[in-house]
Amino acid sequence: MSATELSPGTRDSAKVMNRTDLSKRLVARLHGGEAVIGGIGNTNFDLWAAGQRPENFYMLGSMGLACPIALGVALAQPQRRVIGIEGDGSILMQLGCLGTIAAQGQKNLTIVIMDNGSYQITGGQATLTARGTDIVAVARGAGLEKSAWAADEKDFETRIDRALAADGPWLIAARIDDKPPAAETERNPARIRDRFMQGLGVKS
Amino acid sequence: MSDESAPPAPWHETLLKVLKANQVRLITYVPDRVLTPLIGAVHADGFFTVISPPREEEAVGIVAGAWMGGVRGVVLMQTSGFATLPNVLASLAVPYQIPVLMVVSERGTLGEFNIGQAMVCRTMRPVLESLGIENHTITRLDELEFIADRTIQQALLTRAPAALILSPLLTGGKTVRK
Ligand SMILES: Cc1ncc(C[n+]2csc(CCOP(=O)(O)OP(=O)(O)O)c2C)c(N)n1
Repeated sequence: MSATELSPGTRDSAKVMNRTDLSKRLVARLHGGEAVIGGIGNTNFDLWAAGQRPENFYMLGSMGLACPIALGVALAQPQRRVIGIEGDGSILMQLGCLGTIAAQGQKNLTIVIMDNGSYQITGGQATLTARGTDIVAVARGAGLEKSAWAADEKDFETRIDRALAADGPWLIAARIDDKPPAAETERNPARIRDRFMQGLGVKS
Repeated sequence: MSDESAPPAPWHETLLKVLKANQVRLITYVPDRVLTPLIGAVHADGFFTVISPPREEEAVGIVAGAWMGGVRGVVLMQTSGFATLPNVLASLAVPYQIPVLMVVSERGTLGEFNIGQAMVCRTMRPVLESLGIENHTITRLDELEFIADRTIQQALLTRAPAALILSPLLTGGKTVRK
């Protein structure tokens, strides 16, 4: 890895991108049955909108638990790559999980943070990331060394590709705008869970 | 020595045996003094994967994910830890039909010295009841294996979370007296 690839970057220098677009770019790069856990609200709505893969899990509540759920899946299926996508407000609620994932050294796990600096779905109130908290710096402090800001869309794709090819745990943070999600997830938890388990090849 | 004179196995040995027999391989916990021997034993036993996240809610998320991925898990906690869980139980474990197993060491009753623990304890059963979560309070060594084994099996077969509450009558609890 080159020095620039290892550099965490800064929130201020990262390009402001769009969640719907990044979710599509992410899903387009999945070819190995990767499991993806979408966090509460807009985060999983745009995952849903990017194509309803059976290996996707959509959280309708349990704010902040996308990464712990992803860690559980990754532990259970070490041969499968697992991605947890979480909003900034959500990860701020459960920062301890970054330390858990670092301590566990979960190689097949990648965290993607969609940072719009706000609790968008509840009315756009500012989160701490809009007031100086840098999630990548927090993650590195928690022990996740392979954490960095995506500089732009191309860099986001490169980092996703690397995370799917080499040992993690990885954390990729993306600054995003305040555009609404492209669709809303169908709210049927038992069906979501059942389909997800089928996608993972587990009999429920 | 005849069987009758042999002392029964301590609660934590029996519980560990039941977890193993049911292929519960993932142990997560936030510590509690009373649970110390069980926590020590699972760490020492290669059968188990043990994770100690800083919050019980996180542990429930991990166990839920692991179960969906095909590995059974349990969350060990204290009464006060359970009090942090209504949101995740009501919005994840129950509606998604995920059999999150919980073992709760009961503080706050039968000789509690901390009024905060006593108040927290009173919230536990109403929460479990309001969510319709199967729960059993284990008070006797001779009933431990049966209750624990059957509760775990039922949880897995019905895809529903369940709680085993370890009473001070079983564990001795924690008191001010040394
Ligand atoms: C424990 C808990 N507190 C508050 C809420 C209300 N709530 C739902 S989504 C949300 C905001 C999520 O923010 P973020 O993760 O940044 O996603 P965004 O809405 O910006 O896409 C909040 C506060 C909740 N569901 N659960």
